Amino acid sequence: MGYALNFNLIWRHFDKLWGGLLLSLELAVISIAIGIVIGLVLAVWYVSAGRVVRTVIAAYVEFIRNVPLILLVYLVFYGLPTVVDIAYSAQTSFIATLSLYSGAYLVEVFRSGLEAVPSGQIDAGKAIGLTPWQRLVHVRLPTMLRITLPALSNTFLSLFKDTSVASVISVPELTYGAQWINFNTFRIVEVYLVVTAMYLVTGYVLLFALRLVERRFRAAR
Amino acid sequence: MSANANAPLLDVRDVSKAFGTVEVLRAVSLEVKRGEVVSVIGPSGSGKTTLLRCVNFLESYDSGSIRIDGKEVGYREAGARQRRSERDLAAMRAETGMVFQSFNLFPHLTAAGNIMLGLRKVRGKSEAEARKIAEHWLGRVGLAHKADSLPAELSGGQQQRVGIARAVAMEPKILLLDEITSALDPELVGEVLEVVRSLAEDGMTMLMVTHEMAFARDASSRIVFMADGSVSAAGPPAEILGTEIDNERLRNFLARFRASHF
Repeated sequence: MGYALNFNLIWRHFDKLWGGLLLSLELAVISIAIGIVIGLVLAVWYVSAGRVVRTVIAAYVEFIRNVPLILLVYLVFYGLPTVVDIAYSAQTSFIATLSLYSGAYLVEVFRSGLEAVPSGQIDAGKAIGLTPWQRLVHVRLPTMLRITLPALSNTFLSLFKDTSVASVISVPELTYGAQWINFNTFRIVEVYLVVTAMYLVTGYVLLFALRLVERRFRAAR
Repeated sequence: MSANANAPLLDVRDVSKAFGTVEVLRAVSLEVKRGEVVSVIGPSGSGKTTLLRCVNFLESYDSGSIRIDGKEVGYREAGARQRRSERDLAAMRAETGMVFQSFNLFPHLTAAGNIMLGLRKVRGKSEAEARKIAEHWLGRVGLAHKADSLPAELSGGQQQRVGIARAVAMEPKILLLDEITSALDPELVGEVLEVVRSLAEDGMTMLMVTHEMAFARDASSRIVFMADGSVSAAGPPAEILGTEIDNERLRNFLARFRASHF
């Protein structure tokens, strides 16, 4: 008795997994890039805005944080085109969703980072005659980015794993590739073992690289 | 520049300020003439630092006026009392230099970079010009070899000297020094005070809050003693720090100071 592991079929279709992994990374990178822009703009706006704007931004953050990602993916891909007259590919739809999703988390990260910039540094910026905008660009943001770098790497790592949700709308990323091989070969154990290893190894490599970047910037404190 | 060369460069008149119900400044008046070094001493909580921070409007004040070279610092001159625009405030602040107790260097910029930021962005100097000025001032404070070091790579005394260079490189009309040696290890105090002394010899106008009595005595034209948010005594060092002074608070302050330092 016992299950005889046979990886041959997996290797034969490995291009599906390799292509899927690359797409997963691409989705994560594009989404965090857009998410960083959303997060930065809203965080800067938040700390300098009045009550109304703050409430709206907070509502966005709370909405995203309290709705499961998979539901957001369905809402944007199936729900939105039914209500408004727009059409987009599954991939575009997923990138939009994941960007909004990471943006909401990053608003919080950047906001607390901005508030953690020591007031003495801001005073020093004022004292040499920098305008508020110059203080933001040359004093607050550089320090804030240093403070938030670890949180930013963590967000990127979770985002990389979250790309697996794209499989539910048939975006051919890594998890979708695994499902495809499973449906066509029924080698469920083998394929998920391989895919798990791929997520794990990629995650570790990313973590290692990001920690290197963090250390470089920490040295510059 | 100013119409009357004898008019005070800094003219603080009847400035009052309260944090909530706590009055930190009560009708403080004080003048600093061009080229003068004025030290402000007094027990902690007497409003010294708040006064200094009002001079470049890091703190607002509730009433009274502060004029530098005849120009009101934080509020518009005409009509009702109205805060200046941020742009105006930035331009005003560029005319005063400030050195902080905790240095407050920009941690992501090198020593030269700290000095160059204001020169580039506020004074509009080119990169090369700004670098040249930064190197000149780093040389003046004895740190020419540290131009490309980050603040984290410098000792406290070195950081504070960069802080001074950053302030004076902007060629301010007046330099404000806020307890600049209080956060330093005792053996690093001397190197910082030496820099201040040489600036005084060059004729730099300075207003400094300090606990270094010996330094205040040697370097100041006048000493102002503050207690409970108001100026309690003011005069030349020999008079203020002398034994004949007829001011009980000042006598007590100095007695306590001597007891803890000698």
